[in-house]
Amino acid sequence: MKRTTRGSADAHYLTMFFAVLTVVTVAGFAMDFRPAVVTPHGRSIDGLINYLMVVTGLLFVLGHAVLMHFVWKYQGEGPADYTPEKPRTQWLTALIPVIVMAGIAEVGVLLLALPVWGELYGPTPKDALVVEVTGKQFEWIVRYSGADGKFGKTDPKLVDDAENPLGLDENDPAAQDDVVKRGVLTIPEGKPVAVNLRSLDVLHSFAVPAFRIKQDVLTGFTARAQFVPEVAGRYEIACAELCGLGHYKMRGFVEVRKADEFVKWLADQPGMFE
Amino acid sequence: MSDAHAAHAPQSFWSRYVFSQDHKIIGLQYLITAMVMALVAAGLAVLIRIQLAWPGSLGIMMTPETYIAIVTMHGSLMVFFVVSLALVSGFGNFLIPLHVGARDMAYPFLNMLSYWVIVPACLLMLISFFVPGGAAAAGWTSYPPLSALKEAVPGSDWGQTLWLLAMALFIVSFTMGGLNYLTTILNCRAPGMSMMRMPLSTWTFLISAVLGLLTFPALTAAAVMLLFDRHLGTSFFLPSGMVIGGKVLPHEGGTPLLFQHLFWFLGHPEVYVLVLPAMGIAFDVNSAMSRRAPFGYKVTVVSLLVAAVLSMIVWGHHMFTTGMNPYVGEYFSIMTVLITVPFAVIGVNLIASLFKGRIKFTTASLFGLGLISAIGLGGFGGLYLGTAASDLYFHETYFVVGHFHMMIGVVTFFGTFAGLYFWFPKMFGRLMNERLGRVHFWLTIVGTFATFLLMHFQGMGHLVRRTFESAYDFQKPVTGMHYAITFFSVMAVAGQFVFLYNFFRSIWRGEKAARNPWNAAGLEWTTESPAPHGNWRGPVPQVQRWAYEYGRNGHAEDFQLQAEPDRVGATEPAAH
Amino acid sequence: MHAAAMAAGRRAPTVPLGLVGFLGTTIMLFTTFAASYLVRRTSADWRPVDLPLLAWANLALLAGASVTLEWACRSAARETRGKWLAATALFGLAFLGGQTLVLAQLRAAGIFAQTSPHASFFVVLSLVHGVHLVGGLGALVYGALRPAALRGCAVFWHTIGVIWLALLVFISVM
Repeated sequence: MKRTTRGSADAHYLTMFFAVLTVVTVAGFAMDFRPAVVTPHGRSIDGLINYLMVVTGLLFVLGHAVLMHFVWKYQGEGPADYTPEKPRTQWLTALIPVIVMAGIAEVGVLLLALPVWGELYGPTPKDALVVEVTGKQFEWIVRYSGADGKFGKTDPKLVDDAENPLGLDENDPAAQDDVVKRGVLTIPEGKPVAVNLRSLDVLHSFAVPAFRIKQDVLTGFTARAQFVPEVAGRYEIACAELCGLGHYKMRGFVEVRKADEFVKWLADQPGMFE
Repeated sequence: MSDAHAAHAPQSFWSRYVFSQDHKIIGLQYLITAMVMALVAAGLAVLIRIQLAWPGSLGIMMTPETYIAIVTMHGSLMVFFVVSLALVSGFGNFLIPLHVGARDMAYPFLNMLSYWVIVPACLLMLISFFVPGGAAAAGWTSYPPLSALKEAVPGSDWGQTLWLLAMALFIVSFTMGGLNYLTTILNCRAPGMSMMRMPLSTWTFLISAVLGLLTFPALTAAAVMLLFDRHLGTSFFLPSGMVIGGKVLPHEGGTPLLFQHLFWFLGHPEVYVLVLPAMGIAFDVNSAMSRRAPFGYKVTVVSLLVAAVLSMIVWGHHMFTTGMNPYVGEYFSIMTVLITVPFAVIGVNLIASLFKGRIKFTTASLFGLGLISAIGLGGFGGLYLGTAASDLYFHETYFVVGHFHMMIGVVTFFGTFAGLYFWFPKMFGRLMNERLGRVHFWLTIVGTFATFLLMHFQGMGHLVRRTFESAYDFQKPVTGMHYAITFFSVMAVAGQFVFLYNFFRSIWRGEKAARNPWNAAGLEWTTESPAPHGNWRGPVPQVQRWAYEYGRNGHAEDFQLQAEPDRVGATEPAAH
Repeated sequence: MHAAAMAAGRRAPTVPLGLVGFLGTTIMLFTTFAASYLVRRTSADWRPVDLPLLAWANLALLAGASVTLEWACRSAARETRGKWLAATALFGLAFLGGQTLVLAQLRAAGIFAQTSPHASFFVVLSLVHGVHLVGGLGALVYGALRPAALRGCAVFWHTIGVIWLALLVFISVM
């Protein structure tokens, strides 16, 4: 069997490429560009992602190691020193990826993912602070229910972008003390928060990467996102659903304040019609 | 028989090359059209990359509205008018009759129509850039309400309507083609060509045809209802209470989620329609180039079928964040990650198909081998997205962009290139230049892998997709990668010009090829290169074995053709 | 198809596989609309509308078309075949005319697609079905020129007739 120089060069470069690819891939994922996480369920999600990185990383390296080995070892021109494998061998070999992938994939989903999923979409804790966030082209509008604990009625016909962006009904007693804020969601540290999400126009998506939260918002449907922010600070809200020209700058903020600070702050906020 | 066929051979320029009913010409028409559309779509990609690396550098040529229109059209053109056109319509048409032993497709006239329906579809898409409001700008996914209301974004004026009409024509064309692939493969196989003797690429074309026939109707229905909402004031997808531009819109009762369900019912199988033929072609090319049969042929057929069936019941994994019933979400997650199983089997089989082979490195085999790596890199990312809880983090980030580009950008293109270099002799009787091929290969593999791997890292940093520029601090750690990605993507695009030069030059000036330059065993190599009208000058072959008879097995040659080679050479057709 | 099938040494089937495939994709199309209907129906603004009697009467025209097309298939002589095909085409055109009348009747009764989701489905389904029917008219012309294809044309007509019956019942009952 004669190895032509052409073939050798190709095999050389290809295996080198696969080797570099493997190293860069593993290194890049290990560098972990995720923003710091500040919610308990977020930590579970990160744990799940770490699990996936480890197992897929191992499989990726293993697969490429075998691929590189074969490319290098079996390079050359001429007939192959090969006899067709028995059907039994082919079926049994298939069992390996079947069992390994099914196992890895479903362990991830069933053991690690579903509990988080259940927590996110499960019952809201009774002591949760319920807030409302409305997405519109191109901002987030926050509403608190005020001292009466009730959110007032809204009517799209009453929407005035400058004075009354949510279209609150002045005649509704429950709406009098509703607190409306543009662009900043202020919440207390260490307590569960439930955010009722709506849209005034097209689809948007309320995403707070630091909380590992993402929930699409649409008109005519109230979605809910719930979480417990554990660390005081300022975090960004991103819009995660293409909503038009200003989609890229539909940025908001979540201000997490110490619990007693938050209570004082909220009490100081004037109601919509007060 | 061949006499009769020769007598029917088209004579005029128009009937031979323009309105041809010969599947090979139609296949080439599709391939070349795909190349033209690819130039446009790649140009759009370069514009996107320039804006991302140097925001504002393109001045008034690149406003936020132009940007999202470009993003929308790049995706729409690439998915349907480049990849589907090249892989499914181009190679499907060219290869199927040659692979099953038929003189042409089952419905040649319908086949010709299918191409001439695609041409106006392409034109409508291209014209949409120049209509009032510009091209559609609601993403290739066209979600309403954004895609339904021209007040919401300028592209939803005329542009979105043209998009919908172009897609309707595309679906009509695909249906005509799909019916041809289905019927030809099931009904027109040569004597002795059982289903299990067909090449793996033929199986993938069959599966893609059936998948498309079953699932494109969902997009048709969605497009019709969206057109109604846009132009006739109905409320299929539009809810009440929308306030846009200060006006309360009169719609009531519709739900945008319905559109998403319909779109993804097609959308998910669609990506398998694209990926499976690429993998099928890789098996064909790699086996000829490594002188051995694919490992686990039957296992692969079963895996392809399982993947196709599963693909139809997992569409909800594109909608994990929509707030649908959490139990439904759990179902979609459990089923979606199961798809990694058949894909893992196929990946293992692709690798095992090299075991004890003798790999001859040509441009075709390099792309065939690179494809295997691409399946690994792209495929594993699917787990992160298919697992509902992790998708909550990655949804709508560059992790998704990196993942789908690896799968339907790299795997598919590599399959297309492997096929083009490999079957070029069968198309034109010549070989493509191998030195230029190396340049093309290396620019492409380094350029694309670097680009889309880096996008995965940007996704880890939650870089949000479809954004004109970066307005978020949390993304800052990963925006620096934009420069590198732009560099590598331009490298990849540059490589394609080398390919195009090589392709067209070789048609007229390429080194003349022997009938079977690769000593490959498939049925298509029993006839001349280029294949003549009617595919075999002599009678249709009597198939003796499967398509992968490699190995010495006591013979002088290390392969055996599927049937006796056509004894009637380039001389007159045999008297019958 | 014939030539290719002969070349492959197979018998040409009476109903081409391509037609079966096309019917499959068509059925998927109407099934998708039906599924969309079921989803839309759950909204608060849904008010079921009684379809005009003419909508049901039109079914008789479709049935008539199927009958005359069957007779065309069974006619040996070209002349009788031509007559029955023409009758089928007339029934088809009358059906389309009848459908247009039904839509006008709805509008006259103040039922518009914009304000009645139930009616909007009737309109969409009529339109999509009508497009297929026009295709069926084209198929009749093809069948006139190529009698071997008539059985396939008949299967197509019967199928879209049955589909329309099923859809009417579906949107009335659900």
